[in-house]
Amino acid sequence: MSAAEPLAGAAVAGGARSRFSGGMPLSIRLALGFLLLMVVVSLLAPVIAPYDFATQNLARRLRPPVFWGGEWAYVLGTDHLGRDILSRLIYGIRTSIAIALAGTLIGAAIGTVLGYVAARRRGWLDDVIMMMVDVQAALPAFFIAIAFIALVGSNLLIFVVLVSLEGWERYTRLVRGLVISEQAALYVRAVKALGATAHRVNLRHVLPNIAASLVVQMTITFPWVILLETTLSFLGLGVQPPGTSLGQMLGAGRNYLLQAWWIAVCPGLVIFLTTLSVSLFGDWLRDRLDPTLDGAA
Amino acid sequence: MLNFIARRMLRALLTLAICVTAVFVVLRLAGDPTDMLLPDDTPPEVKADYRERWGIDRPIAEQYARFLLAVTRGDLGVSFADGRSAVIVVAEAIPNTLLLAAAALCLALIIGIPLGMLAALKHNSALDRIVMSIAVLGFSIPTFFFGILLILLFALTLRWLPSSGTDTWWHLVMPTLTLAAGLLGKIARFTRTAMLEALGQSFVRTARAKGVPRLPVLLRHVFPNAAVPLLMFLGIETGLLFAGAAVTETIFAWPGVGRLLVSSAGARDLAVIQTAILFVAAVIIVSNLAVDIIHALIDPRVDVLGAEGRPS
Repeated sequence: MSAAEPLAGAAVAGGARSRFSGGMPLSIRLALGFLLLMVVVSLLAPVIAPYDFATQNLARRLRPPVFWGGEWAYVLGTDHLGRDILSRLIYGIRTSIAIALAGTLIGAAIGTVLGYVAARRRGWLDDVIMMMVDVQAALPAFFIAIAFIALVGSNLLIFVVLVSLEGWERYTRLVRGLVISEQAALYVRAVKALGATAHRVNLRHVLPNIAASLVVQMTITFPWVILLETTLSFLGLGVQPPGTSLGQMLGAGRNYLLQAWWIAVCPGLVIFLTTLSVSLFGDWLRDRLDPTLDGAA
Repeated sequence: MLNFIARRMLRALLTLAICVTAVFVVLRLAGDPTDMLLPDDTPPEVKADYRERWGIDRPIAEQYARFLLAVTRGDLGVSFADGRSAVIVVAEAIPNTLLLAAAALCLALIIGIPLGMLAALKHNSALDRIVMSIAVLGFSIPTFFFGILLILLFALTLRWLPSSGTDTWWHLVMPTLTLAAGLLGKIARFTRTAMLEALGQSFVRTARAKGVPRLPVLLRHVFPNAAVPLLMFLGIETGLLFAGAAVTETIFAWPGVGRLLVSSAGARDLAVIQTAILFVAAVIIVSNLAVDIIHALIDPRVDVLGAEGRPS
């Protein structure tokens, strides 16, 4: 069994097996700190952004960041339209985090409900749901999203729903498998013997028992959702101007790499550090909560 | 075994049919393509002419039947960008994508597998931690960001490599590195997990205990058992490899299917989009089918009689 193996690699030093206390490695603390910072920045964006993210000032185009010979007025420099990069970054973080969180939660909710229904009803409904799972597993959400946006068009709501397609089938498989296997567990048989209905058993006893696996699965899919959102926005198919997201900033900055690398590198670094932090934290959490999940992807 | 293969093929065909149907449904959801493709001031009789020519004036069931028939004949419409057959436009891009994907896959396998094996054999050592750190970095860095960093470093600063185009083999270097990075990290990590799993099996301990030297145990017992999950993993990754290729091709102006898809999506070139999507779906489904069959052939534990993977 892989149960005893720390799958994370980078950071998980053995330490106490008590759940959360004891031996939280430095890298996990840093990752959590960074994620916390991102959440605070998203929540406080209007308060802490020094400028409006869309105000253009053509007289101050392509200013370098302060550590690259720029001025303190524009800490991270300005872009090709003279907009303050720091302010755009703050609002981009807000947009990207909000979309990714919404997408992850919607995907988790849809996937969990479908998995639960498949496990409870079985029969043809189970077959149909598992067929959908197979199709989704065969065709990445990225392609479905591109096709849908190209053929039907997009707005923020459609975009969030499309992004939530990333990984829903994982929850369905997980929940379906767990609900079915839990039926044989001793505690389920005990509660049933006491006269509880199947519904009550599942909602009050089975779901709380598999909640840990769901949380771990969310830490796995969250980086994928962020990457899907930023990738589509990067390609010009996601968040549209005048709105801003990290991927869209990066995509726009691509054309100015030679004159102003900071336009693309700043949002790129934030995306990278965010996905890295969630991955590290998710790995660590998985080892603590749910040693039965395998280390795939 | 033949029965198993036949059932798997049937299932693959069914999945493909669902993909085709999904494309049709989304296309019809999109509304009247004549409104979308023709300028607003197009005279009504011209519009009517197009509607008739594309069969949009027929009942939906007939449209679906015609669509299925056209797909099986390989007729997926005409690119409105240059009036050529969409199948030909996509087919021209396929070799470039396959070349890029194959190069990246080879690079990722050649580096990733040995790294993962080393990490597993030196489990919990400094080497293990370094390899796993590289792996986590590799699959956490977004494809588009890594590509842009490479361009900044090798094309704009050092001026060693060309940043776009396909003229020489040098043009293949940066796209391959970009596409391989994430895959390499995942393969290294997955190999390590699969190896550790195999190393912990009782038959490995038995072999070692009865005095079989380390290397033969690795060759005879550990590697084959670690190879099976790795193979399955690669099958699942095909789709993501193509998604990564779409981004990579766009960044480096590499004329493959992915770049074609992205640019057609921007230009709303319906025929090309549906052809490219169906091509990608077909490749993914076929590669999953191939992995399933190879898996059944090499792993005697696969239940070829049915009920596999479905607890009941």
